[in-house]
Amino acid sequence: MPVKNFVVGCFTEEPAIFKAVKKVRASGHKLHNIYTPYPVHGLDEAMGLRQTSLHTAGFFYGLFGVIAALSGMAFVTVHSWPLNFDGKPHFPLPSFIPITFEFTVLVSSVGMVLTFCWLNQLMPFVKKHVFHPRQTDDLIVMVLEVSEGTNPEELKTWFKDLNAIEISEQRAEEGWWFGNYAKPAHYEKQPGAEEVIVP
Amino acid sequence: MSLKYESTVREPLINGTKDFHQVTEDIVRPIEGKPGTLWYIGLYISVVMLLFGVFSVTWEVYYGIGVWGVNKTVDWAWAITNFVWWVGIGHAGTLISAILLLFRQGWRTGVNRAAEAMTIFAVMCAGQFPIWHVGRVWDVFFIFPYPNSRGPVWPNFNSPLLWDVFAVSTYFTVSVLFWYSGLIPDLATIRDRAKTKLRKFLYGYFAVGWTGSVKNWQRMEALFIVLAALATPLVLSVHSVVSMDFATSVIPGWHTTIFPPYFVAGAIFSGFAMVQTLLIVTRKILHLEEYITLGHIEAMNKVIMLTGGIVAVAYCSEFFVAWYSGDFGEGGAFWWRVNGPYWWAWWCLITCNVICPQMFWFKKLRRNIAFTFFMSIIINIGMWFERFVIIVLSLYHDWLPSSWSYFSPKWPDIGFYVGTFGLFFTCYFLFAKYLPVIAIHEIKAVLKTSGESYKAKMGPIETESTEEFVKEVAHTAH
Repeated sequence: MPVKNFVVGCFTEEPAIFKAVKKVRASGHKLHNIYTPYPVHGLDEAMGLRQTSLHTAGFFYGLFGVIAALSGMAFVTVHSWPLNFDGKPHFPLPSFIPITFEFTVLVSSVGMVLTFCWLNQLMPFVKKHVFHPRQTDDLIVMVLEVSEGTNPEELKTWFKDLNAIEISEQRAEEGWWFGNYAKPAHYEKQPGAEEVIVP
Repeated sequence: MSLKYESTVREPLINGTKDFHQVTEDIVRPIEGKPGTLWYIGLYISVVMLLFGVFSVTWEVYYGIGVWGVNKTVDWAWAITNFVWWVGIGHAGTLISAILLLFRQGWRTGVNRAAEAMTIFAVMCAGQFPIWHVGRVWDVFFIFPYPNSRGPVWPNFNSPLLWDVFAVSTYFTVSVLFWYSGLIPDLATIRDRAKTKLRKFLYGYFAVGWTGSVKNWQRMEALFIVLAALATPLVLSVHSVVSMDFATSVIPGWHTTIFPPYFVAGAIFSGFAMVQTLLIVTRKILHLEEYITLGHIEAMNKVIMLTGGIVAVAYCSEFFVAWYSGDFGEGGAFWWRVNGPYWWAWWCLITCNVICPQMFWFKKLRRNIAFTFFMSIIINIGMWFERFVIIVLSLYHDWLPSSWSYFSPKWPDIGFYVGTFGLFFTCYFLFAKYLPVIAIHEIKAVLKTSGESYKAKMGPIETESTEEFVKEVAHTAH
């Protein structure tokens, strides 16, 4: 993933971040992302992000679970080894319902969690740039990308006008890479990394 | 301020003056500090108990099931009793995390993490019993339906025992997923504030690259709500299926249609009692009284009262039906419960489960920590006896008086049970030391609506008219 320059502004209050999002969308600055220590409801909508389709995926995993469980049991009791219990049907649907239900829940949950991890790039040894160590503690961190032709100073003043409590300029790799959090990332070791300004 | 609003009439969920950083500090403190002497002593005792359990099970596997107290008449006894008891305890966690999430109960945030952890450990303990009870444990994989070279021989999909395999293993898997996905953001919190390299590496590894971006949270909320919707019927189904292990047979005392709801209520009853036992100690030792408040304890006591009431009604209907049906075997089975050689077990059950919980009608006692702790242990003893009564007392006097028998546990029975306590508490001690026992991000999400200091500031709003309120609070904020 490319290494880019970012300007980072930190806020403490929910309403302030909504105001900032409104303003950034109007201003045309490139909003990289917002990091919050807890889910802020409505922020996704305010940023214009589309609703996730994870629920739909969950439904289809569940559907697969139903079909797999019923057809699997049908294969066993009708085809592979049919047994005659007192002339009862080989495919007794009512007594297959518990296993079908459990299997549906199992497939749906496991599938959804794996999809969730896939979409969010969550995996052991996956590393992403942490713009502020307190973004998982108490700060709402807004990150703007310094695109071509933008003056970082302009973005900083922009944050200052919004009363951001902490503003910094950072050079970071976008997206994720393999690594661990105990070691600095490769781009952090390159010359120029000192450019990171923390006020 | 927050964009959400909650009435000031409601009791705060978080006491004291807290901001987000203080919440993190309070909950992460035990993880970053050195554990106390009590922790070492507790862990040591637990590990010793666990090792004794391992020894007892090894003994049982080597010499066979005969080393237990079971006999030809009472062929199911402690192992199944303990299995049902542990699975029952394992019901509170997912009930709190899933059902109370769907019902939007804010108080779940303070207790869900520890309760879910308890669920997982309890189900792990429960799982041991059927596994080792099969006798030839090296053949235990026969329960899995996969194409094999033994015929193929398939498990019987019509059997509740196989349903149980699916139910309990699904329940365990889904509980672990639910619990771990909720842990990820909190692990990231610990990772980002870690001072030592090892801690940064380990929590970084287990936080799997969480950053807390808006999209991360949006997907997590979607995941949680759907997992909760899936886990809700799952919780109810697991103990229903466990009850069908008994209810689908033709043994008097077992062959009852009320078993599924009766078992589910009993499971929640005992599960909440165990949550109380653990959390009352945990909040004291880790100084989390401001997060697990008297309000939480009272709320859980109310759940205990409700489910205890359901269980009491179930006991009554069982006896009523035994008499009203005119069924000779059924009537006998229940007569022997009260008047047979095991009368003390039945009376113990009634005292612990029906009579004692009535004390909770008094608000003073519901909010009394020492009393709640005492009651939680009483209820767990009572619920163990409930399962013992259902299992052993339905078997020991069967259709043939010449084969009537009695059950007394042998030391491997006891050792196995003690061993599962060792397993449970070893896991719980490690959890309480190395993982946040309260969901940090969930507390933060409710802090500004339900924190004591924030609620105090909200007072004047409620005197405004609805229209004014909507205009000022809901719209002008953003």
